[in-house]
Amino acid sequence: MNEEGNKPGQSPEEETMDTRSTAVTRRQFLIGAGAGLVVGAAATAGLQALQPAKPVEQAKPAPPVQQPAQPAPATAIVEPVSGAKLVKLNVNGLDYSLAIEPQTTLIEVLKRDLGLTGTKLGCNGSMCSACTVLVDGVAQNSCSLLAIRESGKKIVTVEGLEQGGKLHPVQEAFWTQMGYQCGFCTPGQIMRAVELLNKTKNPTDAQIMAHMSGNMCKCGAYPNILKAVQAAAKQMA
Amino acid sequence: MHKFAYYAPQTVKEAARILSKNGPNSKLLAGGTDLLVQIKEHVKGPAPDYVVSVKNIRELHDVKFSARAGLTIGAGATISETLATKGVQEHFPAIADGTAIIGSLQIQNIATIGGNLCNAAPSADSAPPLIAYGATALIAGPRATRTVALEDFFTGPGKTVLKPGELLVSIHVPTPPARSGCQYVRHTPRAQMDIAMVGVASFITLDRKGRVADARIVLGAVAPTPIRARQAEDSLRGQEPTADALRAAGDIAAREESPIGDVRGSAGYRRYMTSVLVQRTAQAALKQAMR
Repeated sequence: MNEEGNKPGQSPEEETMDTRSTAVTRRQFLIGAGAGLVVGAAATAGLQALQPAKPVEQAKPAPPVQQPAQPAPATAIVEPVSGAKLVKLNVNGLDYSLAIEPQTTLIEVLKRDLGLTGTKLGCNGSMCSACTVLVDGVAQNSCSLLAIRESGKKIVTVEGLEQGGKLHPVQEAFWTQMGYQCGFCTPGQIMRAVELLNKTKNPTDAQIMAHMSGNMCKCGAYPNILKAVQAAAKQMA
Repeated sequence: MHKFAYYAPQTVKEAARILSKNGPNSKLLAGGTDLLVQIKEHVKGPAPDYVVSVKNIRELHDVKFSARAGLTIGAGATISETLATKGVQEHFPAIADGTAIIGSLQIQNIATIGGNLCNAAPSADSAPPLIAYGATALIAGPRATRTVALEDFFTGPGKTVLKPGELLVSIHVPTPPARSGCQYVRHTPRAQMDIAMVGVASFITLDRKGRVADARIVLGAVAPTPIRARQAEDSLRGQEPTADALRAAGDIAAREESPIGDVRGSAGYRRYMTSVLVQRTAQAALKQAMR
């Protein structure tokens, strides 16, 4: 791919979004016109543009569902949550309070409510790992997590890797080594590789292959994916 | 996804009360890697109206090991958490054999061993090694708890002894005695992200003279539930574990199963591979036992 090519895992619209400009792109307009439920607590100018034109449904702060730090009193009667519930998520460094229904998966929140379309939905059944994101630093399939259960967690998606306009070494390596063909599985591959290289400096080829083994690439770009992770490992060593 | 109401109780008792109040309309949610797919795709019956998350029940997340007390795996502990617990890989290598191949690492970061067991797929990779180690299951209901041997836990594909209102609390695995070993191997058409065509766990304890004091051979994916190959085990007890004895045990085990033939392999091929894998896993178990 030449210099003018897309960054791996990002479409041109997303690049615009990543600059966090105040200009409303076509994608942002379409998302805004839909029924998003964003209540951005620390939204930047760019993300405010994502909010629907209609008044935002202000979810009333209810007691959070997840309170692992406080054991319930013995007499507590547990009531079910039905309908939207306030969930706090930190996504790519920004804090959000979101009204989320119990059956909503994390990937639905990321793509539909936050407009972070870099994460891809493949099989929707934990088989392909295209939807991989980092949850508190651990790679997980965002199609198989109920967002309501991830309250208080730090989520990093492919959009959150770039720092100050500079691609993450893993993104750079997937680009220069052409670690993809169609690019659909690439965001998941990248997140998986980032997790590996955050934990393991200078991994062996066997370690890389074992670690990346759950991420399917239907194009069969595996040899270049391996090269990309090797190259990124050198950069990050 | 189908809409449901969501409970997040903080105690086992509360969870059992909610489950018994809402009946078959409610489902317990551990990691969710099986249940959410079943809800999305409407397999295994109608989607539940009530989902009861075990995530906030602290006691379900503990994994404890001591050589004396053995290993206790909370039903809500993830596979990754279990494998990272000190002593697990050293004393129970076959548990690692069986769980480190479930799905991808992403799945192992979410999925629980308790969920793998309660989903009760005949091919569940965690079941044969746990049964081979002699694991027991602690079950809680709204009023009382009970313990069952894990080999009696499964009653059919997707079915367990859990009654409405009951939930699996933990799995207890005794520390294997000296001079014992255990290995689990599964056979799949492809190396990663696949479902067992045959899975075999062999546990062998030797006596001081090097003869087989005890053997437990467990077969997965070749019957409606994981099964013990009891005749094969009997053929080994008291014997010198020679290659001939292991081959004979493999052939006996292959006759004890009732495999289906499907896209992953014919019934005949499953029987053949059962015999092969009994020999291979028993050899590996012997090697561990003689260390």
